[in-house]
Amino acid sequence: MPPTQQSISEEIAREHEAYARAGSVRHHPDRGYAPYRSSLLRHPRQPLVAVRDPEAVELSGPAFGVTDVTELDGDLTRRHTGEPLGERIVVTGRVLDRAGRPVRGQLVEIWQANASGRYAHQRDQHPAPLDPNFTGAGRQLTDDQGTYRFTTVKPGAYPWRNHTNAWRPAHIHFSLFGTAFTQRLVTQMYFPGDPLLPYDPILQSVTDDAARARLVATYDHDLSVPEQSLGYRWDIVLDGPAATWIEEGR
Amino acid sequence: MLPTPSQTVGPFYGYALPFPGGGEIAPAGHRDTVAVHGRVLDGAGEAIPDALLEVWQPAPDGSRTGAPGSLRRDPVTGGFAGRDGVTFTGFGRVATDADGHYSLRTLAPGGVPYLSVCLFARGLLHHLFTRIYLPGADLAADPLLASLEPGRRGTLLAAEEAPGTYRFDLRLQGPEETVFLDFN
Ligand SMILES: [Fe+3]
Repeated sequence: MPPTQQSISEEIAREHEAYARAGSVRHHPDRGYAPYRSSLLRHPRQPLVAVRDPEAVELSGPAFGVTDVTELDGDLTRRHTGEPLGERIVVTGRVLDRAGRPVRGQLVEIWQANASGRYAHQRDQHPAPLDPNFTGAGRQLTDDQGTYRFTTVKPGAYPWRNHTNAWRPAHIHFSLFGTAFTQRLVTQMYFPGDPLLPYDPILQSVTDDAARARLVATYDHDLSVPEQSLGYRWDIVLDGPAATWIEEGR
Repeated sequence: MLPTPSQTVGPFYGYALPFPGGGEIAPAGHRDTVAVHGRVLDGAGEAIPDALLEVWQPAPDGSRTGAPGSLRRDPVTGGFAGRDGVTFTGFGRVATDADGHYSLRTLAPGGVPYLSVCLFARGLLHHLFTRIYLPGADLAADPLLASLEPGRRGTLLAAEEAPGTYRFDLRLQGPEETVFLDFN
């Protein structure tokens, strides 16, 4: 019998309490976070081995350039002959390192469900309609200010099998590169005011309240385009060893 | 500034992140090409069919600047054009197949010969870093390998199956769990 939402919600509450009691700040999810059931056999039990070698290859990282993207890759509503269904949105923000410096010329990739909550992926068997005019993948290079900007449609919520009546809140998946491989980040952006946020063990795996809030975009009326699209702002700060953000010139 | 938290890559990245030739890091037909392959396994020893491996490495001359062009796009069709067949970008990305298997073709890196790996999967809330060390005389001097007890050190060493073909499995959990790394 899969667990009920109520029992998962109780587990989520216990994890939050345990985190608060422990009294130390953790920005990222615990890989062994049990309310997300898929994690059970897929997280290491041994502690990670610390690497403090200043010569580590991971302190450098891959480079991307104009040949790796096309102009249209930033507009997910223009990839097919017709117009996709759904509410037009613009999502923009800056990619920064922990010192607040812009991450320039690096690759930002996104993917998402369509407005009905269905992915253009064969394994997504949610019986919501596919949209022949929407695939839901985009990529872009950040500009000199570290800014990215995508035009897309607002993704729908969708069911999944973690527990009975499990629904993912609307979200856009993001993949980001910094100047070092250690800054690599894959994450998800959520929408403000979504009533599903408290029920979702993937979002709630970030047990620090302030850190979790950083995964939710801000509605920005000044970004909304009259007669066309609503605007959301979401800035991203890449983690990484102090050496990549305290020392100048690395 | 405080970092943006990680979230799982989930099961549906397959039409967005992998790209044709993602595992073909060596320029096409290069005579020094080596193959690296293996499986990604969970704590029950079962294949993980929805893992994504990224590899970053120096060029054979040891340079770490990389080069653009891993995901080269065709501006006419909007599809992937593939790598240019000449440039060594140092970056590769491959998804595992239904049997949890991945394969790469690359050039052995200069310096201590290791490939840096970043692993993503459904069920993994935060990616994992590890390294694939290829056999070579320089390994004895590597500070990470030296710091590990012999039993765990072996999980980072690729095994030569045939000249130029190396095997490297990743075990996310269990008695032979791979050594995963923390750089923070
Ligand atoms: Fe998703």
